[in-house]
Amino acid sequence: MSKQFLLDGQPVPFEEGQTILEAARAAGHYIPSLCWHKDFPPHGSCKLCVVKAAGRHVSACATPARDGSEVESNTPEMNGERRGLLQMLFVEGNHFCPSCEKSGNCELQALGYEYEMLTPRFRHFFPDRPVDASHPDVLLDFNRCIFCELCVRASRDVDGKSVFALTGRGIQKHLVVNAESGRLADTDFSKDDLAARICPVGVILHKRVGFAVPIGERKFDVATISAQTLKESP
Amino acid sequence: MSFELETATDRENLRRVAIDPVSRVEGHGKVTLLLDDAGHVKEARLHIVEFRGFEKFIQGRPYWEVPVMVQRLCGICPVSHHLAAAKALDPVVGALAITPTAEKIRRLMHYGQILQSHALHFFHLSSPDLLFGFESPVQQRNIVGIASAYPEVARQGVLLRKFGQEVIRVTAGKRVHGTGAIPGGVNKSVSPAERDALRHEADQIIRWSRDAVHLARRLHESNRSLYDEFGLFRSHLFSLVRADGAMDLYDGHLRLRDARGLIVRDGLRCEDYDHFLREEIKPWSYMKFPYVAELGPAKGWYKVGPLARVQNCDFIPSEQAEAEREAFIAHGEGEPVHAPLAYHWARMIEMLHAAEVIRDLLDDPDILSDDRLADGERGREGVGIIEAPRGTLIHHYRVGDDDLVSYCNLIVSTTHNNQAMNEAVRQVARRYLDGRQLTEGLLNHIEVAIRAFDPCLSCATHALGKMPLAVELLDAGGQLVDRATSGG
Repeated sequence: MSKQFLLDGQPVPFEEGQTILEAARAAGHYIPSLCWHKDFPPHGSCKLCVVKAAGRHVSACATPARDGSEVESNTPEMNGERRGLLQMLFVEGNHFCPSCEKSGNCELQALGYEYEMLTPRFRHFFPDRPVDASHPDVLLDFNRCIFCELCVRASRDVDGKSVFALTGRGIQKHLVVNAESGRLADTDFSKDDLAARICPVGVILHKRVGFAVPIGERKFDVATISAQTLKESP
Repeated sequence: MSFELETATDRENLRRVAIDPVSRVEGHGKVTLLLDDAGHVKEARLHIVEFRGFEKFIQGRPYWEVPVMVQRLCGICPVSHHLAAAKALDPVVGALAITPTAEKIRRLMHYGQILQSHALHFFHLSSPDLLFGFESPVQQRNIVGIASAYPEVARQGVLLRKFGQEVIRVTAGKRVHGTGAIPGGVNKSVSPAERDALRHEADQIIRWSRDAVHLARRLHESNRSLYDEFGLFRSHLFSLVRADGAMDLYDGHLRLRDARGLIVRDGLRCEDYDHFLREEIKPWSYMKFPYVAELGPAKGWYKVGPLARVQNCDFIPSEQAEAEREAFIAHGEGEPVHAPLAYHWARMIEMLHAAEVIRDLLDDPDILSDDRLADGERGREGVGIIEAPRGTLIHHYRVGDDDLVSYCNLIVSTTHNNQAMNEAVRQVARRYLDGRQLTEGLLNHIEVAIRAFDPCLSCATHALGKMPLAVELLDAGGQLVDRATSGG
């Protein structure tokens, strides 16, 4: 008999080594994430996959599934905490969806809708983060960075270039380009790199694309992020 | 320089009356009047008290973001900013000419915008003054009062606006703040189903628009002494016209007529606007005062918008609107019509024209094509001029090699009318308020004059019927003598 745990009272089968998030999604139960990617080890930074297991808050992306355990995820309490995390992510950066070309394709925005975020709730930080338009093919708009490090990991582990890094601590943390000048143009970054197409928000943008896709045909116009994610899950 | 009644000679011993904010217009403005002890008007100013700063924060943003970002200037006519920016940025992507499909879809979007904005202004914002009277009970003087007393008029107004919004949704993706126009063209075509749904209503919309023209005309002709004289002043008229002199609200060249109706400048290229126009800054308003450079600020100011356009063109290229234009011109008996209240009549003629243009574009198979984008050799600068519902709208950008905007200049429609609106306020203050005890109804005369221009003071907010109007009467020492409020 296969192993299983209870997710919000529903039995979820899993294979040894699978995390709660992987097993849940494979079984058709959505647990949100921003920093998790199937091709990389768990990062555990965005905390949106937070669930309650045995009374403790854990990251579903980094916690192995355990036979017979009981996990709470899609509950008013956990979804309220997720909404709070999303609100913090929004106010820490400069996320102006109305004029952002990633709108409709942005995972942060889609999660804002998914978890019914209606207000920013917290005071905006309004950080001063100039864009880097030095590269001929790619624009970096640091205003929208959520520190998921997917670009850092993709560039280092797949592209073999280490173009990006996070620097600073705590509230001063920010994304930088790994060049003496700090400019993307002074790296060997290419628009064909995995790092150029992995950003879940609107930081790494292919130039001159803008609003080419009309409203109604963008990724999250067609289906919610939960439906999209489950459709793409193995 | 200063105009008569712009600045009182001795401001110390005058009492100040403020209409703050002006209601049933878009955005926030206020009017201040300075009166002497006998109640004679010594100074009258329309102040624009909002500061937006778009020109500054557009700088440093990627150019392809601009048409979507700048339309946030306005919630009523965002399409105008959206299209003016896209037009200005076409040369930046090398699209010196866009495809027929792109141009027709943009035109469809624009004329949908003209139709919905004009309907909103006439029916929702101005008809309460015109149908009930300027001094009618304030509780009745709103669209709810219209819906009660003239239900069919209100219904048609709402449905006309709805149709215009639907045209925008089909072409831009959303009724407000869509993304349809992009540098070099548009991002979506019209589907046959979308076309058919709009076409099904188009003839009815034309009939209702024609009825609206007749309503405005009837109001004007039934009370000529009021409509022809209220707030009257003479000025130049300024707008785009098509190469053959036809009315064209999407593209063309610039033309200036003088107050007598003579064309004094014609064929001015849009890219040369900054040689032709200057802007004066006055310390009491955030809104600049444009004027024709070679005529100077005293003589070079002008009117824009429907009243200017209907008389500046040689003809309107749609059958029913042209017939109405001819009737309008005949009303002037050989002279241009300068009466501010004639804006309403002219505006309805334009709404009828927009409805006819929309019908014709819907019958054009090009709008179904996928040939939507053009490009070419990269440029670094562009000027886009469009006739927005309220008048000539100018967008000008320079873009660096890194694709970021390095320069932005916007001259919005209402700015062109700044001096004209101030002049109308002064005329009304002199004629109706001078030496009289002020009442809400009398002060509404000032607002009626401003509303005729359909100003978009911030291009952002308008809370129908809820914008509080507070009038405070202060004595020469600044002490509050009387206070009256309405709305809110």
